Amino acid sequence: MHMTKLLSPAKSKVLFLGNEAIARGALEAGVSVATGYPGTPSSEVIESLARVAQERNLYVEWSVNEKVALEVAAAASFAGLRSMAVMKQNGVNVASDFLLHLTASGTRGGIVLVSCEDPGALSSVNEGESRYFAGMLEMPLLEPADFQEAKDMTKWAFELSEAIGNVVMLRSVTRMSHASGNVVCGKFPAKTRKAAFEYGGPIMDSQTGPMISTPVVAKHLLRRQKLKAVCALFEKSPFNRYTGPARPDLLLITASACWLYAVEAVEMLGLQKRVGILKLGTTWPLPPRLVSGHLRKAGKILIVEEVMAFLEENVKVLAAGDPKLSGGKTFFGKYDGTLPFAGELNPDIVADALAKIFRMKRGSLPSSYLEEARKTAALLPPREQTFCAGCPHRASFWSIHNAIALDGREGFVCGDIGCYSMAALTPANGYWTMPTLHSMGSGTGLASGFAKLSPFGFQKPVLTVCGDSTFYHAVIPALINAQHNRADITFIVLDNQGTAMTGFQPHPGIEVNALKESVPAVDIASICRAIGARVALCDPFDLAATGAALTDFLAEKGSLKVLILRQACALSPEKKGKKTFEMKVDEDLCLGDACGCNRLCTRIFRCPALVWDRKKKKAAIDEVVCAGCGVCASICPRKAIIKMQKTVL
Amino acid sequence: MKSKSQKVTLNLILTGVGGQGNVMASRTLAGMLVDAGYVATIGETFGMSQRGGSVMSHLRISPDAVRSPQIPRGAADVIVALEPLEALRVLTMYGNPEVSLIANSRSIDPVGVITGERDYPSEETIRSAFERLTARYWLFDATAAGLSLGNPVLSNIVMIGALAGTGLLPIDRRMFAKEIRKTQSPEKCALNLKAFDAGVSMIK
Repeated sequence: MHMTKLLSPAKSKVLFLGNEAIARGALEAGVSVATGYPGTPSSEVIESLARVAQERNLYVEWSVNEKVALEVAAAASFAGLRSMAVMKQNGVNVASDFLLHLTASGTRGGIVLVSCEDPGALSSVNEGESRYFAGMLEMPLLEPADFQEAKDMTKWAFELSEAIGNVVMLRSVTRMSHASGNVVCGKFPAKTRKAAFEYGGPIMDSQTGPMISTPVVAKHLLRRQKLKAVCALFEKSPFNRYTGPARPDLLLITASACWLYAVEAVEMLGLQKRVGILKLGTTWPLPPRLVSGHLRKAGKILIVEEVMAFLEENVKVLAAGDPKLSGGKTFFGKYDGTLPFAGELNPDIVADALAKIFRMKRGSLPSSYLEEARKTAALLPPREQTFCAGCPHRASFWSIHNAIALDGREGFVCGDIGCYSMAALTPANGYWTMPTLHSMGSGTGLASGFAKLSPFGFQKPVLTVCGDSTFYHAVIPALINAQHNRADITFIVLDNQGTAMTGFQPHPGIEVNALKESVPAVDIASICRAIGARVALCDPFDLAATGAALTDFLAEKGSLKVLILRQACALSPEKKGKKTFEMKVDEDLCLGDACGCNRLCTRIFRCPALVWDRKKKKAAIDEVVCAGCGVCASICPRKAIIKMQKTVL
Repeated sequence: MKSKSQKVTLNLILTGVGGQGNVMASRTLAGMLVDAGYVATIGETFGMSQRGGSVMSHLRISPDAVRSPQIPRGAADVIVALEPLEALRVLTMYGNPEVSLIANSRSIDPVGVITGERDYPSEETIRSAFERLTARYWLFDATAAGLSLGNPVLSNIVMIGALAGTGLLPIDRRMFAKEIRKTQSPEKCALNLKAFDAGVSMIK
């Protein structure tokens, strides 16, 4: 029987991805509105909810960016519904301006901001921390440490939000969001709520007055009072647990997935009788009585967390303010160098830290085995990330590089966030080019700035790229800035027809929304024309036409030029597994090393499906990897790579 | 070195290259084990699974407890590799004298090999490293088996079949059939069962 796992009946035991557990928790809390902007490792929360929207009577939206996502969710809260906004760590930065004011106005229906963060930047270009926003904006912070908790804590976060009339932040990490484990399901609520927004009451009445952040100081004091209520609830929370001896030699304080590493590390070293673990689920504001009580038990304290020392700082502040705790404590963590201030943790790193504190030696494998492993590891070529076989970005960057080279004025490309960010990892002999890479939309802002430097002697042509989803998210203001200030830039939209990097979520340029409803698409070309730019559209697989358009734009001075390179991602649902062309190398035409092209195809073009046959010493197609895009046929000077139209049956 | 409570946890690493169906395979395996009453924890790195990178899933099977989604170094019990170079990479980090390995022999060249900057290890080098770094290993062409059923990506299911064939995990054909029926159409289930059987037959 085909069944949606997310709707499993109460009491059933299910294997959930951490993000599915969060989605299930929201459903059990009776969430009505869920919004987000795609970003690894957060996207599956909204994706899972969108799939059950009809059955559970939800409104689910992929919003244009994280700030709008939070605003859409907040409207539902103001109308008394339960809602959530989901994003990755740097998305919270985008939402933060509204968030500052939202925590001041307060909320009504339970509203949860879910931030899924990426310690170690496994799928990010930053390892940003949103926990500091909780302290800075005075909103409660919850951090689940396993999959059951991810569900239960999400459900409770809505109740907490409603109890204190403010937004609650739930923070997950990649090793929770993108890990899976057993979850026992709970019940769905029987009743659904009706939306109603009251605003005619007194200004300080949080239930009937207007939702505004003024009078500022009075509303700020109100927010401080709410924190007292939060602390009282956190003191009793079952999400904070201590395991270990009554008087441990070392108290280990931890939260989130780090708790699982800590438990394992203590076991690895056999320290269960000497180390006590205080696992905190409610990490801001810290419940003072609970934490102080545990701090009294031990002279040595180790704080294990990712990435910054947020918990460590807050524990130290609490200890400093408690006269009973003054003196005699040794704190281990990031500030003393016991644990790193950057990157993600794992059981080995925590075990090494414990071994250092206890002056123990960790057990190890036989040295002969380790030596064999070390020798073998030295033989292994790395598997670098690259554009997939059939990726339109490979073709686009090929044309961009060639047009810049032909132009001859050392033009360069300001980069942006998407799969195409990989062009920043320019190989030594490669054609990828991207000397700047920052946040979404920043490529266009930087390009706009570089273009204004000519009075100071800077004459290089400025290009910039962005993806289609990024265009809507954050590029439009920078583009308007460029046009209005007469910035001479060539702006290239690498339009691969969806938010491809995170799994093909729709964006405003697509005629279908998260709920698979038909919606109006907002056309990129029309927006750019309305701004006043000169606009051209090309298929990046057509190298000749793309090259000509770029050369034309680079030659035209003094204005904003927009080139839209439109070709769907090779992994998009409509393309995946379907080849347009069957590719082969004509072994008579390919001269191998005798050609003089110096292996242009395999050495420079770098498609994972275009390989070098080590026996025949000629180029070859790996049919298992090839996506059949046909672009390589255009780059071979001998025309030895042949594309054959697939016969449609 | 494994502690006492680690000894009752079985640590399996599934590795391969983006696009080989690694994530689907690990979730199918874990789903079967949860149904059988175990507590399974999977840690995945699939953010880079597109774009040709290495993909690794850490699967931990415990009678009673959630485990860290990252297996400590040198602590794998079983490694299932969809690609031989990735088998070696994982072995050198998580292998130990007791580890069992099931590996697909079909190689996928990393870009550095395609460009000629690096060499792919020879078949002899691979076999000899497997000999020295595992207690037992199976090496066979699962991609060819997948291709003969019409799709190379079926190699991931061939590997699950082979894993069942080794008896290293408490899984069988009936559990596999039950798990895939939850999400797949009858035609796909039939094809997957053929791939599973092809995998079982690889283990002698």
